Amino acid sequence: MNTSPAPSKSDLFKYTLRQADNSMVLCQRLCQWAARGPDLEEDISLTNIGLDLIGQARSLYQYSASLCDQQVNEDDLAFMRDSHEWSNLLLVEQPNGDFADTIARQYLYDAWHLLFLEQLTESNDTTLAAIAAKSIKEVKYHNRHSSMWIKRLGDGTEVSHQRMQDAIAAVWPFTAEMFIPDELDQRMLEFGTGVDLKALKHTWDSQVSSLLVDATLSKPVAGEAIVGGRQGQHAEYLGDLLEEMQSLPRSMPNHQW
Amino acid sequence: MRANQNSKTLSADELKFEELLASGRKIEPRDWMPDDYRKTLIRQIGQHAHSEIIGMQPEGNWITRAPSLKRKAILMSKVQDEAGHGLYLYSAAETLEADRTDMLEKLNNGKMKYSSIFNYPTPCWADMGAIGWLVDGAAICNQVPLCRTSYGPYARAMVRICKEESFHQRQGYEIMLTLCRGSAEQKQMAQDALNRWWWPSIMMFGPRDDKSPNSELSLKWKIKLFSNDELRQKFVDIAVPQANILGLTVPDNDLSWNEETGHYTYGEPDWEEFFEVIQGNGPCNKERVSNRREAHENGQWVRDAAIAYAEKRAKISRPKTTQDPL
Repeated sequence: MNTSPAPSKSDLFKYTLRQADNSMVLCQRLCQWAARGPDLEEDISLTNIGLDLIGQARSLYQYSASLCDQQVNEDDLAFMRDSHEWSNLLLVEQPNGDFADTIARQYLYDAWHLLFLEQLTESNDTTLAAIAAKSIKEVKYHNRHSSMWIKRLGDGTEVSHQRMQDAIAAVWPFTAEMFIPDELDQRMLEFGTGVDLKALKHTWDSQVSSLLVDATLSKPVAGEAIVGGRQGQHAEYLGDLLEEMQSLPRSMPNHQW
Repeated sequence: MRANQNSKTLSADELKFEELLASGRKIEPRDWMPDDYRKTLIRQIGQHAHSEIIGMQPEGNWITRAPSLKRKAILMSKVQDEAGHGLYLYSAAETLEADRTDMLEKLNNGKMKYSSIFNYPTPCWADMGAIGWLVDGAAICNQVPLCRTSYGPYARAMVRICKEESFHQRQGYEIMLTLCRGSAEQKQMAQDALNRWWWPSIMMFGPRDDKSPNSELSLKWKIKLFSNDELRQKFVDIAVPQANILGLTVPDNDLSWNEETGHYTYGEPDWEEFFEVIQGNGPCNKERVSNRREAHENGQWVRDAAIAYAEKRAKISRPKTTQDPL
């Protein structure tokens, strides 16, 4: 990775916030599964993954807060921003659907997340690199868990096979966004701080293809990419998700909880 | 009556069981045990496991709305612990030859019960505080003695559960403390939550001793070590000073300190309400069970797929093992 000069504080703030938002939104989606899992073991696993994600989000929000010009803390960033200010990938905000939909979203993201974090450990920003190194251990487990379910559901019963196939197809158009850098990604890459998103595509493709073959599933044909999450252009889903998540601190601002 | 009094008629198995109980050693799954002892334990452990599982709902209700990231992470952890407790307890019941699937089915069709406390609603964030402080506090009074209960696997599961419950109780009290040190509106939320949860918590210890049909045998078998009223008194003695520190008022006009006994005197709960809730007529009984049933039914195809996949894997690996005996 290239070094010097360092990215501007505002770029670093925005870049960190993006990663925090991904973890936070996906965590919130998993929270919606509480006590609704297909069995007790899954209730525990999904919450475990959610807990890892909220831990990552908190580290990243705290770091973002330290880079922000205004006096903010992790909770201000999570609870006081409107949906157009959120810069998560569209993939992670997709609704839970049934268990196959949740697993499809999770696996396609986990596989990308792991590759992303591996690169981020080489960032010249030592805080981002350290958070990435810690998160990798967790995301390896997430990836193992979701891969296992892709195989079980893909190669389970006829019903589960069909549901898994439909679920993969439904979220597929949102995966392209993970590999399309915008200007901020480009600048961060040039400074040696950010990840080369385009370079992740090849490995991700081959890992996903090989798992889908194992799971007796077919890979959807690449259609038109749906993008815009990083620029704050979200579907209505995110507004609903945030409205629920932010309701209490927004109805009683400036309170300690 | 005469046969019972005549201890000579005890079989060798029964004598050994009585001896084990008297010596304070644990009864283990391999030991002979009376049918009623086994049935009582399956009922109690099963109800306890179901309570953990149903208990995930009233708090799960606030996970998506917890007001800070720290509170959200704590609440997720707590609800996850409850699922874990359910697992340990179903496993303990399985050592008595009960079956988890069968027990869950009985929960879903109303043939097995769970703690009535979880049939009360959680309309407000402060309920997360009150549940941790009072409901988990009452559970701890009930459960700490169970770490010494006569059945080994149950006692060992309870050791682990109690450690986690004690964390749950403290985080609940800390929510209350934060609210009571906050704005007038927050303090009112805390008072309302105390008003809602006080009496149901008092009733968590079950009917009064003179009206508790299952207690006598359980005490004899050392499944239970203290009576309902003894445990209830202990809870009141601990919780009232804690309410005083919060600056909240316990909603019991008959509550007073008794110098002579060194205990609080407290009023009589509404036992009619207690039995109504047990009968299924509490504010949330139908909702709790129907949510459980829905999760179970929605998960059926997933569990079927996992079994089908495992069977396919087993078939693929089987020829190898027959060819190669090593």
